[in-house]
Amino acid sequence: MAAGLSTKRLMKELADINTKGTPPGIVLHSADSMQEWIFLISVLGEETIYRGETFALRMKFGNRYPIEVPEVTFLANAEYQPPLHPHVYSNGHICASILGNEWSPVLNAVAICITMQSMLASNTKKERPEGNDRYVRTAPSNPKLTRWHYDDDVSSVEPGRKGDE
Amino acid sequence: MSSDGENDEFMCEDEYDDDGFDQDEDMDDVDSTSEPDVYDALSPALEEAPQKKPYDVTWKVRTLQEIIDMQNKEIKKIQSLLEVPPSTAAILLRHFVWNSEKLQEQFWNDPNAALEEAGLSPPTSPSTRTHNLPPSPEKRSNRLLRPTSVSGSSRTRSQIRTEPFECPVCCMDFDTSAVEANTFAMGCGHRFCRNCWGEYLSGKVKGEGESAKIQCMERGCERVVREEVVGEIVTADILKRYHNLLNAAFVADSPNLRWCPHPNCEFIIECNQAPPRMLNQLVPTVECKCGHELCFGCGYGASHRPVLCRIVKMWEKKCADDSETANWLQANTKECTKCQSTIEKNGGCNHMTCKKCKWEFCWVCMGPWSEHGTSWYQCNRFDERSGIDARDTQAKSRASLERYLHYFNRWANHEHSAKLDADFYKKTEKKMEQMQNSGNLSWIEVQFAKQAVDAVIKARITLKWSYCMAFYLKRNNMTELFEDNQRDLERAVENLGYLLEQNIVDTDSIAKLRQNITNQAAYVQKRHDILMDDTLKGYLERRWEFSVDI
Repeated sequence: MAAGLSTKRLMKELADINTKGTPPGIVLHSADSMQEWIFLISVLGEETIYRGETFALRMKFGNRYPIEVPEVTFLANAEYQPPLHPHVYSNGHICASILGNEWSPVLNAVAICITMQSMLASNTKKERPEGNDRYVRTAPSNPKLTRWHYDDDVSSVEPGRKGDE
Repeated sequence: MSSDGENDEFMCEDEYDDDGFDQDEDMDDVDSTSEPDVYDALSPALEEAPQKKPYDVTWKVRTLQEIIDMQNKEIKKIQSLLEVPPSTAAILLRHFVWNSEKLQEQFWNDPNAALEEAGLSPPTSPSTRTHNLPPSPEKRSNRLLRPTSVSGSSRTRSQIRTEPFECPVCCMDFDTSAVEANTFAMGCGHRFCRNCWGEYLSGKVKGEGESAKIQCMERGCERVVREEVVGEIVTADILKRYHNLLNAAFVADSPNLRWCPHPNCEFIIECNQAPPRMLNQLVPTVECKCGHELCFGCGYGASHRPVLCRIVKMWEKKCADDSETANWLQANTKECTKCQSTIEKNGGCNHMTCKKCKWEFCWVCMGPWSEHGTSWYQCNRFDERSGIDARDTQAKSRASLERYLHYFNRWANHEHSAKLDADFYKKTEKKMEQMQNSGNLSWIEVQFAKQAVDAVIKARITLKWSYCMAFYLKRNNMTELFEDNQRDLERAVENLGYLLEQNIVDTDSIAKLRQNITNQAAYVQKRHDILMDDTLKGYLERRWEFSVDI
């Protein structure tokens, strides 16, 4: 049951993207399997502090997608760097409630991209979250294992892992 | 205490009345400490039955079923008072943390607002609609991905489906005829297939341990899933876990309830006299039906009287941090005379450079290296002023470590002795047999030895905690009185321990030994009660001053 859950849904999402396209500034870069997709995201318009920049957003889907949230990170490699943003750590981990307690199974890959794009669009200050270095040093590779605290202004994390308590 | 005494207590406690949740009325009908102790029957010296002390609490031991009944009783009450279905009453109560007065007040003030706050909003209310976040892109996604997104008109509440349906989660299609049987929507109207509901609810219950506050799958919809919905959709084992979680949440939400912390014990203690604000003057030790003592205040799995919960917590933390290493530190290290970092010298000459503050000093005289010249391997300037000052600072830091170790070692010593109680009982049993054989004593006549061991072990546990207490007490006259009581009990226990080790020679000596042990056991018991009584009363009289905030 669980194994089949994500496949049909992702096929459907892919078909929708192929027929109807993605919103402006969002491009499906690769969807070689039903486990991992990469989107390219840029913020359009003149006002943005990210003018001319493109970021790669990687989503890893588990068997229980969309009941469970996918693992979402900005790529940090030779080609792409995570955006300088107070909610994005330099290892690409993102502190966003939609990827945590506000995830809903009716959301989808494109909706995540749109949220990320709008998170970038509304930013006016290019800076890393407080405690970036400490977090990056101790963070688990899967950001879903981090205990995130969501608040509007400051992004804050506990580098400890879920279940430690 | 012997098991006889305990059974009596519990038989008495079992007679709780039906209205389990209105504890205030039945608080005093069972006095858990008023049953006579077994000492009374056998040792005349301990005749007086313990009265209920001002620092004792009364409690009841509840079964899981009673906890369930308590909840149902409250739910029924609210159900009839507010004229709502039982699951609505349950959700309201859980939302208002079982405070039915507050619930009623808010409900009668504005029923719709109270329902909405608890996650039972009517279909038209704003909280059942999806919150747009971020507002504009969400609309875009609706336009682009209509089937997987939700907007008001396409999935409104309807009893009879007249069109085919695609589950927005798994994208399965359902014919018009199959929709009713295979899909489900709560009052908010957000419809999904039963398969996805099952996956979602199982994940919430099993994966995240959620129970009372599982919300609709729709983004931003705060509609709470009712108990009967969970019951209808998930498998039996998930449902069982769900109910366990609900019960656990109820106990956690009730300040007057606490699970017995002992392994495999499923009883719940109910106590109304030990709210958190009282814990700076009360040590609410209670005893579960499983036979173990626990502290109702903090859940510690044994009696930690006479020490307050907060002090116990500090002590345990300190011991976990310090005691393993403190002994080694004392033997092998010194502190940097400037920044007080602890330094281990593992070789080399006496010219030390602190890694932390870069201070250079001599390991032998502890004076600054700058005044030291070239004597790397020997130090002949022990009496220089600067060296004396440096050693002074060092001594102060050592003194605080030594003070801690003084109390810790005594604490640990009693802890260790009390842990060997099984051995102690076995040895004593052998001796009792010997006395029955060689001294012609009856079984009942040799019980004094076992009672003496009981008294020793009980006193050792109290002594153990008394050293934790003393570590945190400020030095003053009251503390001196406390330490006098502690010393008297310490001596009495050692004497009794010594007598219990004595060998039995002949019939005459047995009679004498028996008399001695009985007397000394009574004395230990008395010293124990004095220490306990005085210390616990001292909290109520605010006699104790601590070196830490409590």
